[in-house]
Amino acid sequence: MSMKVSTRQVDGITILDMSGRITLGEGSVTLRDAVRDVLAKGTKHILLNLGDITYIDSSGIGELVSAFTTVKNSGGELKLLNLTKKVHDLLQITKLYTVFDVKDDEASAIASFTK
Amino acid sequence: MADSTTSRVSFTLDSSLETVNKIEQTAELCAVRAGFDEDTVSNISMAIREAAVNAVLHGNAYDVNKSVKASFETTAEALTIRIADQGPGLDPDTIPDPLAPENILRGSGRGIFLIRAFMDEVHFRQLHPGTELTLIKHRPPAQSGT
Repeated sequence: MSMKVSTRQVDGITILDMSGRITLGEGSVTLRDAVRDVLAKGTKHILLNLGDITYIDSSGIGELVSAFTTVKNSGGELKLLNLTKKVHDLLQITKLYTVFDVKDDEASAIASFTK
Repeated sequence: MADSTTSRVSFTLDSSLETVNKIEQTAELCAVRAGFDEDTVSNISMAIREAAVNAVLHGNAYDVNKSVKASFETTAEALTIRIADQGPGLDPDTIPDPLAPENILRGSGRGIFLIRAFMDEVHFRQLHPGTELTLIKHRPPAQSGT
């Protein structure tokens, strides 16, 4: 199963609702392109909703990190929402959990962005 | 002791993402049949996928003239999976620590770390050319012999 992304706007924040697998190849490229498109449109506040991500590999983890640094270097913020247990555990093991700003409630996540 | 080999399957595959998926799916099937719990099956699948990615991408560099060999062996004691490429060779001692502060924001370099995190034993063997990874997950006593 490949990854799908749908985009919506809430209070100036771009939310990417992602589902499926973020793995080497299609999933990682889809994530990279989606973040690039958002930045190209001038939006720098991005919330990645990973609630329906069923699987992520090291390539996908690397793509999340790259997205985080790309947005940060553009003067924006990228946060993660609704981690599954598997993704949560992987970010813990790789010591990335404290690198990302991880939220489990959309409303409070949106309110947490610097505006 | 009686012959403890309960099953063994092996493949020679091309250097493609389809190979990665086939190896991952076979590992998952073997792990389920070996009686590992759901979380362990997931971890084994991920470790084997990372090893397959290493073989296809970093080892063989998607070269259509190079193949990947994978074998899956389930005994009463363990699930043992071997994945070999025909690439330039991988020295595990030269792989940067992905948890080091200077590497934590790198976009790659976590595959071997995850393999080691999820498997009980990981062995590297130089093939000249290529590298063979042997990944072992021991079966809990209650599952042995099934």
